[in-house]
Amino acid sequence: MTFEWSAIWDALPSLMDGTKMTIYITSLGLLGGAILGFITGVITTYIRVPVTWRNSALAIGAVVLFIAALNWIDFGFLQDDQGNISTWSKLLALILLIAAAVALRRYVGVALSFIAQLYILIIRGTPIVVQVMFIYFALPMLVGWRIDGESAAIFTLVINSGAYIAEIVRGALQSVPKGLQEAGQAMGLPFYKILIFIIAPVAWRRMIPAMGNQCIISLKDSSLFIVIGVAELTRQGQEIIASNFRSVEIWAAVAVIYLILTGFIALVLKLIEHRMRVI
Amino acid sequence: MSIVEFHHVTKRFGQNVVLDDISLGIEPGEVVVVVGPSGSGKSTFLRCINVLETIQEGDIVVGGLSVKGTPAQVRELRREAGMVFQQFNLFPQLTALQNVMFGPVHTRNASKKEAHTIAVDLLEKVGLAERMHHFPNELSGGQQQRVAIARALAIKPKLMLFDEPTSALDPELRFEVLKVMQDLAHSGMTMVVVTHEMDFARRVGSRLLFIDEGKIAHDGVPEELISNPPSQRLQNFLQHVT
Repeated sequence: MTFEWSAIWDALPSLMDGTKMTIYITSLGLLGGAILGFITGVITTYIRVPVTWRNSALAIGAVVLFIAALNWIDFGFLQDDQGNISTWSKLLALILLIAAAVALRRYVGVALSFIAQLYILIIRGTPIVVQVMFIYFALPMLVGWRIDGESAAIFTLVINSGAYIAEIVRGALQSVPKGLQEAGQAMGLPFYKILIFIIAPVAWRRMIPAMGNQCIISLKDSSLFIVIGVAELTRQGQEIIASNFRSVEIWAAVAVIYLILTGFIALVLKLIEHRMRVI
Repeated sequence: MSIVEFHHVTKRFGQNVVLDDISLGIEPGEVVVVVGPSGSGKSTFLRCINVLETIQEGDIVVGGLSVKGTPAQVRELRREAGMVFQQFNLFPQLTALQNVMFGPVHTRNASKKEAHTIAVDLLEKVGLAERMHHFPNELSGGQQQRVAIARALAIKPKLMLFDEPTSALDPELRFEVLKVMQDLAHSGMTMVVVTHEMDFARRVGSRLLFIDEGKIAHDGVPEELISNPPSQRLQNFLQHVT
């Protein structure tokens, strides 16, 4: 066969649209994932709660008790004509939740750490394709509202990369010598200042290679959102091939575009690392 | 009034009793040298004073503040006590100057300008004015430890705690650190020093504590205890370190 360059030229506008969508999904997904991952990583590093049968039973028991308590309190007077729970009663439930959290504040950290570990366990333990299908197809059946493919894709990438970034953050934080933290404590600094001004600057440098990995992995994983029909790069490629049957040219072009994007990420990371003093 | 008071302090790691019912007071201006066999609890004794270790029984009062206070009170207590570590623990991302400025800026709410003045002054005192823009990994061990002393002094503590400050240093670098500590002692600073430097204990120390198996076995004048050890344990210990 002959390699038809024209097939690529003709397909380029749609491939560019797909590329834009891929970049859009990946950057928002990673931004959210980074925020979620940092919070989760800090919690799992500094609040140590082993995931044991006893703790699991306690956590599940607490949730069941809480839901039972909410149902037991009669919100009937707050229902509207159709019998739907009104905003007011939702607000009341929220206030109740906050009140419970304040009353049990000693256990809030423990609960958060437990939830964080469970979250990492579940997300790392299931394929991203299953996750996005669950969010796109199953979640609407459970909670009643539909989300569009784009939002489902971004949300999936947020929770997926968040779990991995949490472990990257934890690894980096734990690698910082304990003595630095003690030096900060001995000065009489509160914990958040020790974290922000002493530990984070050291940990940050150690995170960069692994973060680079995660950015590249998440970018490539966005191709899996083809299963829910989001018009990202891989999906666009497949649709073009469905009409012109030029598999060789289009898949080659798609691969090269991914390579350019990941190459760009790798280059930026190299530059950041280069500019930074190694400590 | 004592600046540090131990009231029947017991510290355990699990079943292991590290400090066993210790009571004593440290007066302002004293230079207390703490010695003892390894594993005797002398580092733990020091670290309990600024709550890097928590005690199980009794109470320690530092400058009127209890180690059993609220987190805010504990932070206040820690600002009364500057700490120097065996491994220096300088912040590697900051220069010597920035390391010394760090405390005043973040704990005493000093302006950058004030902190700079304090830091330059202290670095001059420890003889490192010309190295102040270097990062810790560009300094020798002795220089790093002197920066660490300046950093601890920058928060204007009422007493200084030294946890084996020369143990990680080459013999020829110890002298410069001990010299700085000696100057500090002569300026009237209250100091608690865990060390194996018996010569420093003899010349600079005003009081010697010999900790053995979690108890204060001897408490007295360094010169007398060293030249005339009252027990076989102390005698054996002195033979091994000198």
